[in-house]
Amino acid sequence: MSVNLKILRYSPKEGKRYDTFEVPYQRWTTVLDALLYVKAYVDHSLALRYSCRMASCGSCGMLINGKPRLACYTKISELNSNEIICEPLPNFPIIRDLATNFDRFFTNHKNMMPYIINEKTDRKMDDIHREFIQKPDEVEKYLQFSYCIKCGLCYAACPTTAMDKEFPGPQALAQMYRYMIDSRDQASRKRLEIIDNRHGIWRCHFAGSCSNVCPKGVDPALGIQLLRSYLLGFSKKGEEKAVLYISSH
Amino acid sequence: MKENREGIKGWLRPYKYGLPRFAYWLQRWTGVGLLVYFIAHVIETSNIVNGKIAWDKMLELTQTTQGHIILTLVIGMCVFHAANGVRLYFAEGGKGLGKAGRPEYPYNPLSLNNKMKACIWVSIALAALAMMYGASILFGE
Ligand code: SF4
Ligand code: FES
Repeated sequence: MSVNLKILRYSPKEGKRYDTFEVPYQRWTTVLDALLYVKAYVDHSLALRYSCRMASCGSCGMLINGKPRLACYTKISELNSNEIICEPLPNFPIIRDLATNFDRFFTNHKNMMPYIINEKTDRKMDDIHREFIQKPDEVEKYLQFSYCIKCGLCYAACPTTAMDKEFPGPQALAQMYRYMIDSRDQASRKRLEIIDNRHGIWRCHFAGSCSNVCPKGVDPALGIQLLRSYLLGFSKKGEEKAVLYISSH
Repeated sequence: MKENREGIKGWLRPYKYGLPRFAYWLQRWTGVGLLVYFIAHVIETSNIVNGKIAWDKMLELTQTTQGHIILTLVIGMCVFHAANGVRLYFAEGGKGLGKAGRPEYPYNPLSLNNKMKACIWVSIALAALAMMYGASILFGE
């Protein structure tokens, strides 16, 4: 069996063009396998990013037949097409071919302060071990959002991100919710202030495309709407706080 | 480096991302359509200050087949925009989406649940019914 792999090639000097390669495949061949076949045997100059090959590192996101997908998580056989079109993720600047620049995406993520803020975790004495104890239902409030691998598929699918450069994007907003709802965190107010502006959370109109493409079940659209419910005053963060456990070594 | 932002093309595309994206697209277009209608309506009704003859002439314009088709579309846009707007009002406030939990393969997103999809279909059905009713009155005159 073989399939035509049509790849968007881009270099700042030569601009854009499509190259088509005929690639053999089996039932289990992934799009990443096919791209690596091209790179190994046909055209070494093909630029793409990948690492784990198992949907864990989030590096191999690209537009496959018009939809953002992980190349290592998409089998050629599941696409039911004789032609597979691979293009770089939209809304990310292209470096070369399928490799895109994630600087802005990661900056948006960092702007959300993606860490627990709690004065009790300030470790001044090394001989003391501090740990928060959380109940399972406290963990379940944020667990699914912590499965994000920062692949950027949601950012590429979002129609607001497509229009508004300043919008943090679904990934960053869902991460904001992940930390805000954590019972160990004490910075809810400070966090909400970051996204309560003209280019912030209000620009999300719940198209749901981010959740439609997310390969890890993060469901960023859910996180964003739940986050907004706090800003609108529909929900309140429970008084329940994670219990601090202190022991000496 | 090439910017590669999708721009307006991004929100003009209703397919590939399921029913909620289609509803998003419809919500936007019906919103634009209603805005255009609102402006046209203000211009139309402001003609009343030019006297009865001008007003009657303007009314005649709307009593044509095209005028009736436009009004039928306006009814549909209005009903869909309002009904889907109510769904969005609740959903964007975190209501009707369910509780976050442990993601299980094949990861069906909670936010795109059947309740949401049913509400979208109901909004479309209500708009279609209202359009049929409106058309039957407008064209039945
Ligand atoms: S939320 Fe999902 S789609 Fe978005 S970056 Fe994280 S894992 Fe990828
Ligand atoms: S190579 Fe790591 S997610 Fe695809």
